[in-house]
Amino acid sequence: MPKLKNADDYLAIALITPSILAVGVFVYGFIAWTLRVSVSRWTGLLPDFSLVGLRNYWELYFDPRFQIDARNLAIFTFVFVGGALLLGFVMAVLVDQNLPGENFFRSLFLFPMAISYIVTGVVWRWLMNPAEGTRISGLNQIFESMGLNFLISRWHTAPVWGIAAIALAAIWQMSGFTMALFLGGLRSISDDVREAARVDGASEWQLYRYIIIPLLNPVTLSVVIILGHISLKVFDLIVSLAGKQLALDVPAIYMWQATFDGYFFGRGAAISILMLLIISLLIIPYIYFNLKHEADL
Amino acid sequence: MTQSSDYPRNRHWQRLLLYFPLMLLSIFYLVPIYVILVTGFKGFDEINLRTMWNLPARLSFDNYLSAFNLLTPYIWNSLNMVVPATVASALIGSINGFVLARWKFRGANLIFPLILFGMFIPYQSIFIPLVQFMRMIGIYGGLPGLVLTHVIYGIPITTLIFRNHYSTIPQEIIEAARIDGAGLLNTYRYILLPLSMPAFVVALIWQFTATWNDFLFAVVLTRPEFWPITVALNNMAGSQIVAWNIQMAGALLAALPTIVVYVFLGRYFIHGLMAGALRE
Repeated sequence: MPKLKNADDYLAIALITPSILAVGVFVYGFIAWTLRVSVSRWTGLLPDFSLVGLRNYWELYFDPRFQIDARNLAIFTFVFVGGALLLGFVMAVLVDQNLPGENFFRSLFLFPMAISYIVTGVVWRWLMNPAEGTRISGLNQIFESMGLNFLISRWHTAPVWGIAAIALAAIWQMSGFTMALFLGGLRSISDDVREAARVDGASEWQLYRYIIIPLLNPVTLSVVIILGHISLKVFDLIVSLAGKQLALDVPAIYMWQATFDGYFFGRGAAISILMLLIISLLIIPYIYFNLKHEADL
Repeated sequence: MTQSSDYPRNRHWQRLLLYFPLMLLSIFYLVPIYVILVTGFKGFDEINLRTMWNLPARLSFDNYLSAFNLLTPYIWNSLNMVVPATVASALIGSINGFVLARWKFRGANLIFPLILFGMFIPYQSIFIPLVQFMRMIGIYGGLPGLVLTHVIYGIPITTLIFRNHYSTIPQEIIEAARIDGAGLLNTYRYILLPLSMPAFVVALIWQFTATWNDFLFAVVLTRPEFWPITVALNNMAGSQIVAWNIQMAGALLAALPTIVVYVFLGRYFIHGLMAGALRE
């Protein structure tokens, strides 16, 4: 690493210092502050920083609401990440076949990425209307008219698995992103690899199963990490699709209500620190290996 | 292996069959768009959840006009917030990206990942101090605080976009300029800035989309009169007062600006997406 030699080096530092300070304060400083609040007694409008150790965390561990959150998050993550991974991969393979019209399909599958979760939630709220009998509407009405009554669902109002209906809307929104990542991976695999496999007598199925999917493993890992961390933060979509209700509660909503509706600042801070910890376990190695890979190139 | 004469024909049939799953997937993607459009263009007399799937009997703009009247102040809030936040983010990202890509000062390799981490954190983990800070400096509740927030938490992604871009510019060009006596600022101004257009487009589109679509920061930091459109739309949908057809029309209005950007500049939008996943 060269030492600072001239005025330009100092100028470079001067230019980037405001941003470093901003990130230092607003990301790291604020996280440290939240960590401090999470071990405090602070409940109510007036700050109270008297230390209570890990009590806020301990209480969450036994909190029935937080247990619902954990279950909902597990179901949501499983359905959303699994669904978006599968659908995104299928779309990428289909779009990668050099068919006429591939641009149209690619643009269509990716366009929900450009709109807000709030918009998605408002539309899917009416598509997944759980009303029954003469008031049946939305997708249920379509299923009924096609004789597909077994598909009629209570959607997000179903017990336990209701959160999976939210995941369905999230899959609609995010699968295109998965597709784009897989497409990038597919296009980086040289045609020689495919041709060599075909010459060796591999069927298309074998080609994907034994050659292409293993070559895409790094992309798959990225997709799981990126979607997984989005899933742990899910908030907007649930709020706009179903409102804040206990049956569909997740940590991000609990944090919000504990802090800004209930003034349980200590508890809200503890929830957010737990979210940060889990996400960090995914993201810190991800950043490390991506930058290391870049440096190795 | 099949006989070579059968091979292309076989492949040809298989390829046509691929349109079947593509069509099914397209239906999945088009259903919400269909509902939003047909509902929006129906007259008030046609609005019934039972006939949600029917095409409008005649084209009417009643729903859009009602939604527009209800949402106009919030659309203005969004615009007033998004434009300065986006422009400032891109400029800051450009400077940071330039410094990080070109001037390898001590610690640069540590600082960049520390900046990047900021774009993945759950913002819940900074909300409590953020609100306290905004109250302390007296800008809680209004648009300036929201703009400042978007600019600061936009630093990681915009820095990344520009750093990636500047890393692709050959070092020889920079060296030549340096040998010719150009300092840091002149190198930036005369060499890199003119080559920055693609990165600016990517960063501007990314930040425009992210800030226009943001709900989380807005709902924490703004009072009702300064709500951007996402918060207003969510509030409209959560209330029992506004009919579902007007909600649908409102949803389209809220989505329109970013959809227009996507339709015309989708290629750059995808670059931003890839950068956000650190895959560029």
